[in-house]
Amino acid sequence: MTTKQIKNPLINFLLQLGDNALIMGHRNSEWCGHGPVLEQDIALTNIALDQIGQARNFYQYAATLISESSGEKLTEDSLAYLRDSWDFKNCLLTELPNGHWGQTILKQFFVSTYQYYLYQELEINSDLKLAGIASKSLKEINYHVRWSSEWVLRLGDGTSESKQKMLAALETLWPYINEWTIFTDYEIEILGNKHQSIKEKWEEKIHAVLNEAGLIIPSGAYAQRGGKQGNHTEHLGYILAEMQFLQRAYPNSEW
Amino acid sequence: MSRLEEQIWHLLEHINDPEIPVLSIVDLGIIRSVTILEVKNELQNQVLINYTPTYSACPAVDLINSEIKATLNAAGFTNIHLEQTLFPAWTTDWMSESGKEKLIQYGIAAPIGKSCDNNSIEALKVECPQCGSDKTNMISAFSSTACKALYKCSSCLEPFDYFKCH
Repeated sequence: MTTKQIKNPLINFLLQLGDNALIMGHRNSEWCGHGPVLEQDIALTNIALDQIGQARNFYQYAATLISESSGEKLTEDSLAYLRDSWDFKNCLLTELPNGHWGQTILKQFFVSTYQYYLYQELEINSDLKLAGIASKSLKEINYHVRWSSEWVLRLGDGTSESKQKMLAALETLWPYINEWTIFTDYEIEILGNKHQSIKEKWEEKIHAVLNEAGLIIPSGAYAQRGGKQGNHTEHLGYILAEMQFLQRAYPNSEW
Repeated sequence: MSRLEEQIWHLLEHINDPEIPVLSIVDLGIIRSVTILEVKNELQNQVLINYTPTYSACPAVDLINSEIKATLNAAGFTNIHLEQTLFPAWTTDWMSESGKEKLIQYGIAAPIGKSCDNNSIEALKVECPQCGSDKTNMISAFSSTACKALYKCSSCLEPFDYFKCH
């Protein structure tokens, strides 16, 4: 199946929210059993679980809307397991390989703080189902923001080795930041003129935390983009190959 | 509330959260409404239960659904419909006072303050459910399940879980 032809802005927006949450959750789940200490391993896998749960809510809602308008019987599983990379609307940052612990934390910090300001707007959206999912997710993201910010501070303002590693991670991830706030038509349709204030609040928060952590923000303004339009890095293909193999090889199999 | 609705609420009070087995789903505050569409034969009445799940990824939701159905089936109700309402989202503010008391007895510190109030998260003084001391430290904001944080008591030196505000 494909969702590429869908024009409805709400459905496209739900797919994007679900895709960002699912791919982040999947990447974080790679840390399960590999965290540096037990408590942080549990923290990151808890966050992965929250994100996959949020993805399920967005996909369930999107699947209902698509089924209603097309007559095709879709579920959350068809959206997660049976679409190809060109259907996915997640930002490129989410699909990048985890790298070391500090790089994973920094990526989580960028994504969680973005979701924090985005969901504050969605929580008051006139679509009550979307508002309900956003408000539920926000309670969880509140903890993700606190946790990832604390770690960015601890590592950036830590030893000279941790600082070097965080600076290198920042260089790697920085070109993928702008894509989040280059808004598509369907995002603007749902967010109205609020998208500008999300961008401002997010950038202010990023700068404040990175400054406090003593991390110098790279000067390059070059933006890697295309994820929202379905043009992905090669990494997404590998993620989908692993995630979707079972459903494609054994259609409709259940746990 | 009709007699039948009361009977169903009573049955629901005996279904426990699989992860925190001292709390019933009524204590948790996830049941929004019980409605009965009556027909002549009482046992064929349609029972409509509306609930709001706790956490986005709570793995217990499917199990709770099937336990509701099994319990009501055993009591003779066969025509059961479960409906999810996502708005407004569930919050720990809906947990009953008796539920919070049961949590503490069970060894889990109950949620303090209003959900998502950053000030109350910052200034949090969590009492040890074992010895009652307030000399406690958070070890990790994430613990054995999505709803809990891990704490340690400096007085009795025991670790314990705190049910986070959501």
